[in-house]
Amino acid sequence: MFNETLVILQRELWKAFAQTFVMMGISFVLSLILGLALGFVLYLTETPAFYPKKSLNAVAAAIVNFIRSIPFIILVVFTLPFTFWLVGTKIGPIAASVPMTISATVFLARLVESSLKETDPGVIEAALASGARPWLIIRKVLLVEAAPSIARAVTVVFINLIGASAMAGMVGGGGIGNLAVQYGYYRYETGVMLFTIVVLVIVVQLSQYLGDKVAKHLSH
Amino acid sequence: MSESIRFNRVSVAFSNQGKTFTAVDKVTLAVNKGEFFGIIGPSGAGKSTLVRTVNLLQRPTSGNVYIDGQDVTSYKGRELSALRLRIGMIFQHFNLVRNSTVADNVAFALLASGTQKAKIRPRVLELLKLTGLSDKADLYPAALSGGQKQRVAIARALANNPEILLCDEATSALDPENTADVIAALRDIKAQYPLTVLFITHQEQVARSLFDRIAVMERGRIVEQGTAYEIFAHPQSKAAQDLIARSHGTEIPKEVAASLQDLLVITFREEHAYDALIAETSRKFGTDLSIIAGRIDYIQGKPLGTLVVSLGGLDPKKRVQVLAFIAERAWIQPYKKEEFDV
Repeated sequence: MFNETLVILQRELWKAFAQTFVMMGISFVLSLILGLALGFVLYLTETPAFYPKKSLNAVAAAIVNFIRSIPFIILVVFTLPFTFWLVGTKIGPIAASVPMTISATVFLARLVESSLKETDPGVIEAALASGARPWLIIRKVLLVEAAPSIARAVTVVFINLIGASAMAGMVGGGGIGNLAVQYGYYRYETGVMLFTIVVLVIVVQLSQYLGDKVAKHLSH
Repeated sequence: MSESIRFNRVSVAFSNQGKTFTAVDKVTLAVNKGEFFGIIGPSGAGKSTLVRTVNLLQRPTSGNVYIDGQDVTSYKGRELSALRLRIGMIFQHFNLVRNSTVADNVAFALLASGTQKAKIRPRVLELLKLTGLSDKADLYPAALSGGQKQRVAIARALANNPEILLCDEATSALDPENTADVIAALRDIKAQYPLTVLFITHQEQVARSLFDRIAVMERGRIVEQGTAYEIFAHPQSKAAQDLIARSHGTEIPKEVAASLQDLLVITFREEHAYDALIAETSRKFGTDLSIIAGRIDYIQGKPLGTLVVSLGGLDPKKRVQVLAFIAERAWIQPYKKEEFDV
Protein backbone atom coordinates (compact mmCIF):
# COMPACT_ATOMS: atom_id res chain seq x y z
CA MET A 1 0.00 0.00 0.00
CA PHE A 2 2.79 2.38 0.92
CA ASN A 3 4.46 1.91 -2.46
CA GLU A 4 1.22 2.37 -4.29
CA THR A 5 0.65 5.64 -2.44
CA LEU A 6 4.05 6.89 -3.46
CA VAL A 7 3.43 6.01 -7.09
CA ILE A 8 0.12 7.88 -7.16
CA LEU A 9 1.58 10.88 -5.40
CA GLN A 10 4.54 10.99 -7.76
CA ARG A 11 2.21 11.01 -10.71
CA GLU A 12 -0.56 13.28 -9.48
CA LEU A 13 0.79 15.49 -6.72
CA TRP A 14 2.47 18.27 -8.69
CA LYS A 15 -0.47 18.68 -11.00
CA ALA A 16 -2.80 18.81 -8.01
CA PHE A 17 -0.62 21.34 -6.27
CA ALA A 18 -0.51 23.50 -9.37
CA GLN A 19 -4.30 23.40 -9.72
CA THR A 20 -4.84 24.30 -6.06
CA PHE A 21 -2.32 27.07 -6.39
CA VAL A 22 -4.19 28.56 -9.35
CA MET A 23 -7.59 28.31 -7.61
CA MET A 24 -6.30 29.75 -4.38
CA GLY A 25 -4.22 32.42 -6.06
CA ILE A 26 -6.98 33.80 -8.25
CA SER A 27 -9.73 33.66 -5.67
CA PHE A 28 -7.60 34.96 -2.80
CA VAL A 29 -6.24 37.98 -4.66
CA LEU A 30 -9.60 38.88 -6.20
CA SER A 31 -11.61 38.37 -3.03
CA LEU A 32 -9.07 40.38 -1.09
CA ILE A 33 -9.58 43.38 -3.36
CA LEU A 34 -13.33 42.98 -3.82
CA GLY A 35 -14.00 41.98 -0.21
CA LEU A 36 -12.12 44.97 1.19
CA ALA A 37 -13.94 47.27 -1.18
CA LEU A 38 -17.35 45.78 -0.40
CA GLY A 39 -16.59 45.85 3.33
CA PHE A 40 -15.80 49.55 3.11
CA VAL A 41 -18.97 50.15 1.08
CA LEU A 42 -21.04 48.41 3.75
CA TYR A 43 -19.42 50.48 6.50
CA LEU A 44 -19.21 53.86 4.78
CA THR A 45 -22.78 53.85 3.47
CA GLU A 46 -24.03 53.16 6.98
CA THR A 47 -21.96 55.72 8.90
CA PRO A 48 -23.35 59.28 9.16
CA ALA A 49 -19.85 60.82 9.22
CA PHE A 50 -18.98 59.42 5.78
CA TYR A 51 -21.37 58.61 2.93
CA PRO A 52 -24.65 57.60 4.50
CA LYS A 53 -26.76 56.05 1.78
CA LYS A 54 -29.45 53.83 3.20
CA SER A 55 -30.65 52.40 -0.11
CA LEU A 56 -27.19 51.41 -1.34
CA ASN A 57 -26.36 49.93 2.04
CA ALA A 58 -29.57 47.90 2.09
CA VAL A 59 -28.94 46.51 -1.40
CA ALA A 60 -25.32 45.61 -0.64
CA ALA A 61 -26.29 44.01 2.66
CA ALA A 62 -29.09 42.01 1.01
CA ILE A 63 -26.75 40.66 -1.68
CA VAL A 64 -24.13 39.73 0.90
CA ASN A 65 -26.70 37.96 3.05
CA PHE A 66 -28.16 36.15 0.04
CA ILE A 67 -24.81 34.72 -1.03
CA ARG A 68 -23.78 33.97 2.54
CA SER A 69 -26.88 31.87 3.06
CA ILE A 70 -26.06 29.47 0.23
CA PRO A 71 -23.84 26.55 1.28
CA PHE A 72 -20.65 26.64 -0.77
CA ILE A 73 -21.17 23.32 -2.53
CA ILE A 74 -24.57 24.54 -3.73
CA LEU A 75 -23.14 27.92 -4.66
CA VAL A 76 -20.69 26.15 -6.99
CA VAL A 77 -23.56 24.50 -8.85
CA PHE A 78 -25.78 27.57 -8.72
CA THR A 79 -23.12 29.79 -10.28
CA LEU A 80 -22.23 27.34 -13.08
CA PRO A 81 -24.03 29.30 -15.86
CA PHE A 82 -22.40 32.51 -14.67
CA THR A 83 -19.00 30.79 -14.49
CA PHE A 84 -19.42 29.45 -18.03
CA TRP A 85 -20.43 32.88 -19.31
CA LEU A 86 -17.46 34.48 -17.57
CA VAL A 87 -14.59 32.08 -18.27
CA GLY A 88 -15.97 29.86 -21.01
CA THR A 89 -15.72 26.61 -19.08
CA LYS A 90 -17.38 24.84 -16.17
CA ILE A 91 -14.50 22.64 -15.10
CA GLY A 92 -10.89 23.12 -14.07
CA PRO A 93 -9.25 25.36 -11.50
CA ILE A 94 -10.07 28.63 -13.25
CA ALA A 95 -13.78 27.81 -13.32
CA ALA A 96 -13.61 26.75 -9.68
CA SER A 97 -12.09 30.06 -8.67
CA VAL A 98 -15.27 31.91 -9.71
CA PRO A 99 -17.58 30.63 -6.94
CA MET A 100 -14.63 30.63 -4.55
CA THR A 101 -14.07 34.34 -5.24
CA ILE A 102 -17.74 35.16 -4.81
CA SER A 103 -18.04 33.29 -1.55
CA ALA A 104 -14.80 34.66 -0.08
CA THR A 105 -15.62 38.22 -1.15
CA VAL A 106 -18.89 38.43 0.77
CA PHE A 107 -17.40 36.65 3.77
CA LEU A 108 -14.44 39.03 3.90
CA ALA A 109 -16.74 42.03 3.33
CA ARG A 110 -18.72 41.22 6.49
CA LEU A 111 -15.56 40.69 8.53
CA VAL A 112 -14.01 43.93 7.24
CA GLU A 113 -17.22 45.80 8.01
CA SER A 114 -17.20 44.60 11.60
CA SER A 115 -13.48 45.44 11.92
CA LEU A 116 -14.18 48.99 10.77
CA LYS A 117 -17.10 49.30 13.15
CA GLU A 118 -14.75 48.62 16.06
CA THR A 119 -12.80 51.82 15.36
CA ASP A 120 -13.12 54.20 18.31
CA PRO A 121 -15.72 56.80 17.22
CA GLY A 122 -13.79 59.40 19.20
CA VAL A 123 -10.77 58.95 16.96
CA ILE A 124 -12.91 59.47 13.87
CA GLU A 125 -14.45 62.52 15.50
CA ALA A 126 -10.99 63.96 16.20
CA ALA A 127 -10.05 63.38 12.57
CA LEU A 128 -13.22 65.16 11.43
CA ALA A 129 -12.48 68.02 13.82
CA SER A 130 -9.02 68.31 12.20
CA GLY A 131 -10.78 69.33 9.01
CA ALA A 132 -9.78 66.15 7.17
CA ARG A 133 -11.81 65.09 4.13
CA PRO A 134 -13.41 61.62 4.30
CA TRP A 135 -10.93 60.01 1.91
CA LEU A 136 -7.98 61.02 4.11
CA ILE A 137 -9.77 59.69 7.20
CA ILE A 138 -10.43 56.40 5.43
CA ARG A 139 -6.78 55.96 4.50
CA LYS A 140 -5.00 57.34 7.55
CA VAL A 141 -7.41 56.57 10.36
CA LEU A 142 -9.88 53.82 9.52
CA LEU A 143 -7.48 51.63 7.58
CA VAL A 144 -4.68 52.11 10.12
CA GLU A 145 -6.85 51.48 13.18
CA ALA A 146 -8.63 48.49 11.68
CA ALA A 147 -5.51 47.01 10.04
CA PRO A 148 -4.70 44.37 12.71
CA SER A 149 -8.30 43.24 12.81
CA ILE A 150 -8.50 43.17 9.01
CA ALA A 151 -5.30 41.10 8.87
CA ARG A 152 -6.93 38.54 11.16
CA ALA A 153 -10.07 38.59 9.01
CA VAL A 154 -8.00 37.96 5.88
CA THR A 155 -6.35 34.99 7.62
CA VAL A 156 -9.73 33.50 8.46
CA VAL A 157 -10.92 33.95 4.88
CA PHE A 158 -7.74 32.43 3.45
CA ILE A 159 -8.08 29.33 5.61
CA ASN A 160 -11.73 29.15 4.66
CA LEU A 161 -10.68 29.28 1.00
CA ILE A 162 -8.44 26.23 1.47
CA GLY A 163 -11.52 24.31 2.58
CA ALA A 164 -13.53 25.72 -0.32
CA SER A 165 -10.80 24.73 -2.78
CA ALA A 166 -11.15 21.11 -1.69
CA MET A 167 -14.92 21.22 -2.23
CA ALA A 168 -14.58 23.01 -5.55
CA GLY A 169 -12.03 20.38 -6.51
CA MET A 170 -14.53 17.65 -5.94
CA VAL A 171 -16.95 19.09 -8.46
CA GLY A 172 -14.40 19.45 -11.24
CA GLY A 173 -11.85 21.99 -10.09
CA GLY A 174 -9.02 19.53 -9.54
CA GLY A 175 -6.36 20.23 -6.92
CA ILE A 176 -5.35 18.43 -3.75
CA GLY A 177 -8.91 18.22 -2.47
CA ASN A 178 -9.81 16.33 -5.63
CA LEU A 179 -6.81 14.08 -5.16
CA ALA A 180 -7.96 13.13 -1.67
CA VAL A 181 -11.49 12.36 -2.82
CA GLN A 182 -10.58 10.56 -6.06
CA TYR A 183 -7.98 8.30 -4.53
CA GLY A 184 -8.66 8.35 -0.81
CA TYR A 185 -12.43 7.90 -1.09
CA TYR A 186 -13.30 6.29 -4.44
CA ARG A 187 -10.23 4.04 -4.65
CA TYR A 188 -9.68 3.35 -0.98
CA GLU A 189 -6.14 4.78 -1.05
CA THR A 190 -6.13 5.92 2.57
CA GLY A 191 -2.45 6.83 2.32
CA VAL A 192 -3.16 9.52 -0.28
CA MET A 193 -5.91 10.98 1.87
CA LEU A 194 -3.72 11.02 4.96
CA PHE A 195 -0.96 12.72 3.02
CA THR A 196 -3.27 15.49 1.81
CA ILE A 197 -4.54 15.98 5.35
CA VAL A 198 -0.98 16.43 6.59
CA VAL A 199 -0.27 18.93 3.81
CA LEU A 200 -3.43 20.90 4.57
CA VAL A 201 -2.76 20.97 8.31
CA ILE A 202 0.72 22.34 7.69
CA VAL A 203 -0.57 24.98 5.27
CA VAL A 204 -3.31 26.10 7.67
CA GLN A 205 -0.96 26.25 10.66
CA LEU A 206 1.50 28.27 8.62
CA SER A 207 -1.18 30.67 7.35
CA GLN A 208 -2.49 31.27 10.86
CA TYR A 209 1.02 31.85 12.15
CA LEU A 210 1.77 34.35 9.40
CA GLY A 211 -1.59 36.09 9.81
CA ASP A 212 -1.06 36.50 13.55
CA LYS A 213 2.45 37.81 12.91
CA VAL A 214 1.19 40.44 10.47
CA ALA A 215 -1.67 41.46 12.78
CA LYS A 216 0.76 41.85 15.67
CA HIS A 217 3.10 43.90 13.53
CA LEU A 218 0.26 46.27 12.61
CA SER A 219 -1.09 46.83 16.10
CA HIS A 220 0.57 49.05 18.69
CA MET B 1 -12.50 93.61 21.78
CA SER B 2 -13.94 91.66 18.88
CA GLU B 3 -15.85 88.46 19.15
CA SER B 4 -14.37 85.13 18.19
CA ILE B 5 -17.31 82.83 18.86
CA ARG B 6 -20.94 83.77 19.32
CA PHE B 7 -23.78 81.43 20.17
CA ASN B 8 -27.13 82.93 19.31
CA ARG B 9 -30.06 81.15 20.93
CA VAL B 10 -28.45 77.79 20.25
CA SER B 11 -30.52 74.75 21.16
CA VAL B 12 -29.70 71.10 20.73
CA ALA B 13 -32.39 68.52 21.29
CA PHE B 14 -32.06 64.76 21.06
CA SER B 15 -35.03 62.56 20.50
CA ASN B 16 -34.97 58.99 21.63
CA GLN B 17 -37.95 56.65 21.32
CA GLY B 18 -40.37 59.52 20.94
CA LYS B 19 -39.02 61.44 23.93
CA THR B 20 -37.22 64.71 23.35
CA PHE B 21 -34.34 65.73 25.57
CA THR B 22 -33.08 69.28 25.32
CA ALA B 23 -29.35 69.17 26.05
CA VAL B 24 -28.71 72.82 25.19
CA ASP B 25 -31.49 75.31 25.69
CA LYS B 26 -31.38 78.66 23.84
CA VAL B 27 -27.84 79.54 24.82
CA THR B 28 -26.60 83.00 23.88
CA LEU B 29 -22.97 83.60 24.68
CA ALA B 30 -20.01 85.47 23.25
CA VAL B 31 -16.34 84.56 23.53
CA ASN B 32 -13.88 87.35 22.78
CA LYS B 33 -10.74 87.01 20.69
CA GLY B 34 -7.70 85.93 22.63
CA GLU B 35 -9.69 84.98 25.69
CA PHE B 36 -9.32 81.88 27.83
CA PHE B 37 -13.00 81.21 28.30
CA GLY B 38 -14.32 78.46 30.53
CA ILE B 39 -17.70 76.83 30.67
CA ILE B 40 -18.20 75.05 33.96
CA GLY B 41 -21.07 73.12 35.41
CA PRO B 42 -22.03 69.70 36.67
CA SER B 43 -21.78 66.73 34.31
CA GLY B 44 -24.84 66.40 32.12
CA ALA B 45 -25.33 70.18 31.98
CA GLY B 46 -24.88 70.23 28.19
CA LYS B 47 -21.41 71.80 28.14
CA SER B 48 -19.87 69.30 25.74
CA THR B 49 -22.86 69.41 23.44
CA LEU B 50 -22.62 73.18 23.32
CA VAL B 51 -18.89 73.29 22.55
CA ARG B 52 -19.32 70.69 19.82
CA THR B 53 -21.62 73.03 17.95
CA VAL B 54 -18.68 75.39 17.38
CA ASN B 55 -17.08 73.08 14.80
CA LEU B 56 -20.41 71.44 14.00
CA LEU B 57 -19.50 68.01 15.31
CA GLN B 58 -22.97 68.61 16.69
CA ARG B 59 -25.44 70.57 14.59
CA PRO B 60 -27.73 72.87 16.55
CA THR B 61 -31.42 72.02 16.37
CA SER B 62 -32.09 75.73 16.27
CA GLY B 63 -30.14 78.95 16.67
CA ASN B 64 -26.90 80.08 15.05
CA VAL B 65 -23.20 79.83 15.68
CA TYR B 66 -20.95 82.66 14.49
CA ILE B 67 -17.19 82.43 14.07
CA ASP B 68 -15.53 85.78 13.50
CA GLY B 69 -18.92 87.29 12.77
CA GLN B 70 -19.69 84.70 10.11
CA ASP B 71 -22.74 82.47 10.51
CA VAL B 72 -21.32 78.96 10.07
CA THR B 73 -24.36 76.97 11.19
CA SER B 74 -25.21 75.66 7.75
CA TYR B 75 -21.64 74.89 6.55
CA LYS B 76 -21.17 71.56 4.80
CA GLY B 77 -18.55 69.59 2.88
CA ARG B 78 -15.42 71.48 1.86
CA GLU B 79 -16.59 74.69 3.45
CA LEU B 80 -16.99 72.88 6.76
CA SER B 81 -13.58 71.20 6.45
CA ALA B 82 -12.00 74.58 5.78
CA LEU B 83 -13.69 76.01 8.87
CA ARG B 84 -12.46 73.11 10.99
CA LEU B 85 -8.87 73.80 9.93
CA ARG B 86 -9.25 77.10 11.79
CA ILE B 87 -10.54 75.42 14.95
CA GLY B 88 -8.37 72.96 16.89
CA MET B 89 -9.98 70.59 19.35
CA ILE B 90 -8.79 68.33 22.14
CA PHE B 91 -10.83 65.69 23.91
CA GLN B 92 -11.20 64.01 27.27
CA HIS B 93 -9.87 60.70 25.96
CA PHE B 94 -7.21 62.23 23.66
CA ASN B 95 -8.55 60.35 20.62
CA LEU B 96 -5.17 59.58 19.07
CA VAL B 97 -4.74 57.00 16.32
CA ARG B 98 -3.32 54.08 18.30
CA ASN B 99 -1.53 52.44 15.40
CA SER B 100 0.20 55.61 14.25
CA THR B 101 3.31 57.16 15.77
CA VAL B 102 3.19 60.44 17.64
CA ALA B 103 4.67 62.17 14.59
CA ASP B 104 2.09 60.61 12.25
CA ASN B 105 -0.74 61.62 14.55
CA VAL B 106 0.37 65.23 14.34
CA ALA B 107 1.16 64.96 10.62
CA PHE B 108 -2.44 63.91 10.00
CA ALA B 109 -3.70 67.43 10.67
CA LEU B 110 -1.12 68.79 8.22
CA LEU B 111 -2.25 66.33 5.56
CA ALA B 112 -5.79 67.53 6.20
CA SER B 113 -4.76 71.08 5.32
CA GLY B 114 -2.92 69.94 2.20
CA THR B 115 0.54 70.87 3.50
CA GLN B 116 3.39 70.09 1.10
CA LYS B 117 5.05 66.74 1.84
CA ALA B 118 8.47 68.27 2.39
CA LYS B 119 7.18 70.73 4.95
CA ILE B 120 5.34 68.20 7.09
CA ARG B 121 8.19 66.61 9.05
CA PRO B 122 9.86 69.91 10.02
CA ARG B 123 6.52 71.34 11.15
CA VAL B 124 5.73 68.19 13.15
CA LEU B 125 9.05 68.43 14.95
CA GLU B 126 8.45 72.10 15.63
CA LEU B 127 5.04 71.30 17.16
CA LEU B 128 6.44 68.48 19.26
CA LYS B 129 9.13 70.80 20.53
CA LEU B 130 6.46 73.33 21.46
CA THR B 131 4.60 70.70 23.48
CA GLY B 132 7.78 69.27 25.01
CA LEU B 133 7.67 65.93 23.19
CA SER B 134 10.70 66.22 20.91
CA ASP B 135 12.05 62.83 21.98
CA LYS B 136 8.72 61.02 21.52
CA ALA B 137 8.18 61.56 17.77
CA ASP B 138 8.58 57.94 16.74
CA LEU B 139 6.85 56.31 19.70
CA TYR B 140 3.30 54.99 19.62
CA PRO B 141 0.63 56.50 21.92
CA ALA B 142 0.56 53.38 24.10
CA ALA B 143 4.06 54.23 25.32
CA LEU B 144 2.99 57.65 26.64
CA SER B 145 1.45 58.87 29.90
CA GLY B 146 -1.99 60.48 29.85
CA GLY B 147 -0.51 63.96 30.05
CA GLN B 148 1.86 63.24 27.18
CA LYS B 149 -0.98 61.84 25.07
CA GLN B 150 -2.96 65.00 25.64
CA ARG B 151 0.07 67.07 24.65
CA VAL B 152 0.28 65.10 21.39
CA ALA B 153 -3.39 65.94 20.87
CA ILE B 154 -2.59 69.60 21.55
CA ALA B 155 0.21 69.50 18.98
CA ARG B 156 -2.22 67.97 16.48
CA ALA B 157 -4.88 70.57 17.28
CA LEU B 158 -2.42 73.43 16.80
CA ALA B 159 -0.79 72.08 13.63
CA ASN B 160 -2.61 74.43 11.26
CA ASN B 161 -2.26 77.54 13.42
CA PRO B 162 -5.95 77.70 14.38
CA GLU B 163 -7.55 80.82 15.79
CA ILE B 164 -9.62 78.82 18.23
CA LEU B 165 -8.83 75.86 20.47
CA LEU B 166 -11.75 73.87 21.89
CA CYS B 167 -11.03 71.76 24.94
CA ASP B 168 -13.71 69.23 25.87
CA GLU B 169 -13.01 68.05 29.44
CA ALA B 170 -9.38 67.91 28.35
CA THR B 171 -8.04 67.18 31.83
CA SER B 172 -10.90 65.16 33.28
CA ALA B 173 -9.36 61.77 32.52
CA LEU B 174 -6.03 62.72 34.06
CA ASP B 175 -4.59 62.45 37.56
CA PRO B 176 -3.64 65.73 39.31
CA GLU B 177 -0.02 65.53 38.20
CA ASN B 178 -0.88 65.03 34.53
CA THR B 179 -3.60 67.68 34.80
CA ALA B 180 -1.00 70.17 36.00
CA ASP B 181 1.23 69.06 33.12
CA VAL B 182 -1.46 69.76 30.52
CA ILE B 183 -2.48 73.05 32.15
CA ALA B 184 1.13 74.21 32.08
CA ALA B 185 1.39 73.29 28.39
CA LEU B 186 -1.80 75.21 27.56
CA ARG B 187 -0.71 78.27 29.54
CA ASP B 188 2.65 78.21 27.84
CA ILE B 189 1.10 78.02 24.37
CA LYS B 190 -1.43 80.70 25.20
CA ALA B 191 1.43 83.00 26.16
CA GLN B 192 3.09 82.52 22.78
CA TYR B 193 0.13 82.50 20.39
CA PRO B 194 -2.91 84.72 19.95
CA LEU B 195 -5.32 81.87 20.53
CA THR B 196 -8.93 81.93 21.69
CA VAL B 197 -9.54 79.00 24.01
CA LEU B 198 -12.96 77.64 24.90
CA PHE B 199 -12.54 75.11 27.66
CA ILE B 200 -15.24 72.88 29.10
CA THR B 201 -14.72 71.36 32.51
CA HIS B 202 -16.47 70.24 35.65
CA GLN B 203 -13.18 70.52 37.55
CA GLU B 204 -13.24 73.69 39.62
CA GLN B 205 -9.46 73.53 40.18
CA VAL B 206 -8.84 73.80 36.44
CA ALA B 207 -11.24 76.71 36.14
CA ARG B 208 -9.51 78.50 38.99
CA SER B 209 -6.08 78.28 37.43
CA LEU B 210 -6.82 78.83 33.75
CA PHE B 211 -9.78 80.96 32.86
CA ASP B 212 -10.19 84.66 32.20
CA ARG B 213 -13.95 84.51 32.02
CA ILE B 214 -16.38 81.82 32.99
CA ALA B 215 -19.92 80.86 32.09
CA VAL B 216 -21.74 78.52 34.41
CA MET B 217 -24.04 76.03 32.77
CA GLU B 218 -26.81 74.02 34.33
CA ARG B 219 -29.48 71.91 32.67
CA GLY B 220 -28.73 73.26 29.22
CA ARG B 221 -28.76 76.92 30.17
CA ILE B 222 -26.13 79.50 31.02
CA VAL B 223 -27.09 80.54 34.53
CA GLU B 224 -24.25 82.95 35.26
CA GLN B 225 -21.22 84.47 33.60
CA GLY B 226 -18.44 86.82 34.57
CA THR B 227 -14.71 87.07 35.11
CA ALA B 228 -13.15 84.09 36.83
CA TYR B 229 -12.48 86.26 39.86
CA GLU B 230 -16.07 87.43 40.13
CA ILE B 231 -17.43 83.93 39.81
CA PHE B 232 -15.10 82.50 42.43
CA ALA B 233 -15.35 85.44 44.80
CA HIS B 234 -19.08 85.86 44.67
CA PRO B 235 -20.96 83.11 42.87
CA GLN B 236 -24.60 84.03 42.31
CA SER B 237 -26.15 80.88 40.93
CA LYS B 238 -26.69 77.78 42.95
CA ALA B 239 -24.79 75.73 40.38
CA ALA B 240 -21.71 77.93 40.75
CA GLN B 241 -21.98 78.01 44.52
CA ASP B 242 -22.20 74.24 44.70
CA LEU B 243 -19.30 73.74 42.36
CA ILE B 244 -17.10 76.20 44.18
CA ALA B 245 -18.14 75.32 47.70
CA ARG B 246 -17.44 71.67 47.09
CA SER B 247 -13.74 72.26 46.76
CA HIS B 248 -13.26 75.63 48.35
CA GLY B 249 -10.91 74.38 50.98
CA THR B 250 -13.64 75.15 53.45
CA GLU B 251 -14.68 71.58 53.90
CA ILE B 252 -14.87 70.95 57.56
CA PRO B 253 -15.39 67.48 58.99
CA LYS B 254 -19.09 66.86 59.33
CA GLU B 255 -18.91 66.25 63.07
CA VAL B 256 -17.07 69.54 63.58
CA ALA B 257 -19.55 71.48 61.46
CA ALA B 258 -22.46 69.91 63.31
CA SER B 259 -21.07 70.89 66.69
CA LEU B 260 -20.67 74.57 65.78
CA GLN B 261 -23.41 77.16 65.50
CA ASP B 262 -23.85 80.06 63.14
CA LEU B 263 -21.13 79.18 60.65
CA LEU B 264 -20.44 81.78 57.98
CA VAL B 265 -18.20 81.80 54.92
CA ILE B 266 -16.49 85.16 54.51
CA THR B 267 -14.93 85.91 51.13
CA PHE B 268 -12.74 89.00 51.09
CA ARG B 269 -13.05 91.44 48.23
CA GLU B 270 -9.86 91.68 46.23
CA GLU B 271 -8.46 94.85 47.78
CA HIS B 272 -9.10 93.60 51.29
CA ALA B 273 -7.62 90.13 50.96
CA TYR B 274 -4.71 90.94 53.21
CA ASP B 275 -6.65 92.99 55.78
CA ALA B 276 -6.66 91.91 59.39
CA LEU B 277 -10.45 92.11 59.33
CA ILE B 278 -11.11 89.53 62.01
CA ALA B 279 -8.69 91.13 64.46
CA GLU B 280 -10.20 94.55 63.78
CA THR B 281 -13.69 93.22 64.32
CA SER B 282 -12.67 91.67 67.61
CA ARG B 283 -11.10 94.90 68.82
CA LYS B 284 -13.96 97.10 67.69
CA PHE B 285 -16.79 95.02 69.10
CA GLY B 286 -14.95 93.40 71.96
CA THR B 287 -15.99 89.99 70.76
CA ASP B 288 -14.23 86.87 69.55
CA LEU B 289 -14.87 85.26 66.20
CA SER B 290 -13.61 81.70 66.03
CA ILE B 291 -11.90 80.91 62.75
CA ILE B 292 -12.68 77.38 61.71
CA ALA B 293 -10.98 77.23 58.32
CA GLY B 294 -9.40 79.58 55.82
CA ARG B 295 -7.16 80.06 52.82
CA ILE B 296 -6.01 82.51 50.18
CA ASP B 297 -6.19 81.60 46.49
CA TYR B 298 -4.74 83.48 43.58
CA ILE B 299 -7.02 83.76 40.57
CA GLN B 300 -5.57 85.55 37.55
CA GLY B 301 -2.90 86.79 39.93
CA LYS B 302 -5.40 88.39 42.30
CA PRO B 303 -5.75 87.21 45.87
CA LEU B 304 -9.02 85.71 46.99
CA GLY B 305 -9.26 85.09 50.74
CA THR B 306 -11.85 82.83 52.28
CA LEU B 307 -12.56 82.20 55.95
CA VAL B 308 -15.11 80.11 57.75
CA VAL B 309 -15.98 81.61 61.12
CA SER B 310 -18.38 80.76 63.88
CA LEU B 311 -20.48 83.49 65.49
CA GLY B 312 -22.11 81.05 67.88
CA GLY B 313 -23.14 82.66 71.16
CA LEU B 314 -23.12 86.27 69.93
CA ASP B 315 -26.15 88.28 71.01
CA PRO B 316 -28.45 89.09 68.07
CA LYS B 317 -28.00 92.86 68.20
CA LYS B 318 -24.24 92.67 68.20
CA ARG B 319 -24.33 90.02 65.49
CA VAL B 320 -26.08 92.43 63.13
CA GLN B 321 -23.48 95.13 63.79
CA VAL B 322 -20.59 92.73 63.31
CA LEU B 323 -21.99 91.44 60.03
CA ALA B 324 -22.61 94.95 58.73
CA PHE B 325 -19.01 95.86 59.51
CA ILE B 326 -17.62 92.78 57.77
CA ALA B 327 -19.93 93.19 54.77
CA GLU B 328 -18.21 96.47 53.93
CA ARG B 329 -15.15 94.56 52.88
CA ALA B 330 -16.26 91.02 52.27
CA TRP B 331 -19.10 88.81 51.08
CA ILE B 332 -20.86 86.72 53.65
CA GLN B 333 -22.69 83.51 52.97
CA PRO B 334 -24.01 80.97 55.39
CA TYR B 335 -21.90 77.82 55.50
CA LYS B 336 -23.95 75.11 53.88
CA LYS B 337 -23.56 72.07 56.03
CA GLU B 338 -25.85 69.95 53.96
CA GLU B 339 -23.73 70.46 50.84
CA PHE B 340 -21.14 68.13 52.21
CA ASP B 341 -23.41 65.46 53.53
CA VAL B 342 -22.61 63.19 50.63
